[in-house]
Amino acid sequence: MATYNTNEFKSGLKIILNGDPCNIVDNEFVKPGKGQAFNRVRIKNLKSGKVIDKTFKSGESVEAADVVEKDLQYLYNDGEFWHFMDAESYEQVGADAAAVGDNKYWLKDGDTCMVTLWNEAPIMVTPANFVELTIAQTDPGLKGDTAQGGTKPATTETGAVIKVPLFIEEGEVLKIDTRTGEYVSRAKS
Amino acid sequence: MRQLIEKKAQMLHDIRAFFYERGVLEVETPALSQAGNTDPSIESFQVDALGKQRYLHTSPEYPMKRMLVAGSGDIYQICKVWRAGELGYRHNPEFTMLEWYRLGFTYHQLMQEVETLLLSVLPLIQSTSRFVSYQQLFLEVLGIDPHIASYSELQLCMDSAQIDVVGELDSDAILDLLMTHCIEPSFAENSLTFVYDYPATQKALAELSDDELPVAQRFEVYLGTKEGAVELGNGYQELTDAQENVEVLHSDLEKRKARGMADIPVDNHFLSAMQQGLPKCAGVAIGLDRLLMCQLNKKNLQEIISFAWTVA
Repeated sequence: MATYNTNEFKSGLKIILNGDPCNIVDNEFVKPGKGQAFNRVRIKNLKSGKVIDKTFKSGESVEAADVVEKDLQYLYNDGEFWHFMDAESYEQVGADAAAVGDNKYWLKDGDTCMVTLWNEAPIMVTPANFVELTIAQTDPGLKGDTAQGGTKPATTETGAVIKVPLFIEEGEVLKIDTRTGEYVSRAKS
Repeated sequence: MRQLIEKKAQMLHDIRAFFYERGVLEVETPALSQAGNTDPSIESFQVDALGKQRYLHTSPEYPMKRMLVAGSGDIYQICKVWRAGELGYRHNPEFTMLEWYRLGFTYHQLMQEVETLLLSVLPLIQSTSRFVSYQQLFLEVLGIDPHIASYSELQLCMDSAQIDVVGELDSDAILDLLMTHCIEPSFAENSLTFVYDYPATQKALAELSDDELPVAQRFEVYLGTKEGAVELGNGYQELTDAQENVEVLHSDLEKRKARGMADIPVDNHFLSAMQQGLPKCAGVAIGLDRLLMCQLNKKNLQEIISFAWTVA
């Protein structure tokens, strides 16, 4: 079992905490007064996405997490798993709903995503910051409202419901920010 | 780079002028010593010197006290010191220390002098410093008396402050964490806070008071910043009793042994000097890199060291 000592802590290091793989977001060495040293660490749980603050007595060891991040191409969803492929090795992996989460709404066949693998199994899927998706359904915008800057709901080809300007019509391809789920612009064709 | 060098040079000049005016003499002592620092929370670098182990000093305390015993009078030193394993936003394994000793001063008088010096080097901060006891701070912020609280009370206090810790802690370690996580953030921004009268268990080489419940007559000085309180210095009513000095160093060695740390040769030259009699004095050490970091409003020590640890 590989371990890391606190003196190896740095941003980006992957460790196991309470059985879950975690990423060290920030590490600060503190040494109060005449006392012992500590590491104040901000840690992100890679499964839940939750960020917590933890203090380690310096010299403690933690288990290393075998976590790698790979750019993989999204292939298809079979109802249970979302399948991704390594474009170089053609190896495929299936990510379950827990790993994909709400990011399923931003997955379009052929797009490249960052897939976080723990012990070679996907635990998190991160789409590109911006994706281009076709609008599958939206009500027609009311004439004359274009200048008001109002919005209406629209459903993308992937099932996401987003707010779009009133002038957007069905079949249009839009650029969307996956981090906020917000409309950015019409895609440049 | 040029601006940084100018600021550092100006600061060193101002500090030297400060002590020149007060008749405090600049001295030099060996950086490479046969003995190391026994303090269990400080790790010395070891060097192979002419076939024997020597230790890079972690502060010039022992030899400067030998000078005081030999009749030097008031002295100060600006020197590089080394501490293994200390690297972070506010730590570098090699750093510049200002240490000085004032004969006949009490630690309260020394706090006043430290304030005068720091205000002259940090002209932009508020001149309304706070002087507060360790006990008062704990009562104010956490509602506990650090000198009498039981271990379980301290633990409860840490749990209610939601301090989530990995590793076994003793009472002093919990007090340290309550200080860093709860009390330091309460220090006023842009002004100095002097904390004095520490728990007797954290005395190091400070005199204990002769109160019913003795406290360690030492102080720490912090500057409140946007990035939290920065600890700038550590001062002491220096322990003069020769036998007590021996006991501190030997109990340090026992703690090191209990923690599975390397044995360190005790500085017997220092201890025998103590037997000749250290005059009553107060001493303080200040980290000059941190001081410059504060003066230039930087968050990371590595930004103001001419050659950061990774490129040194």
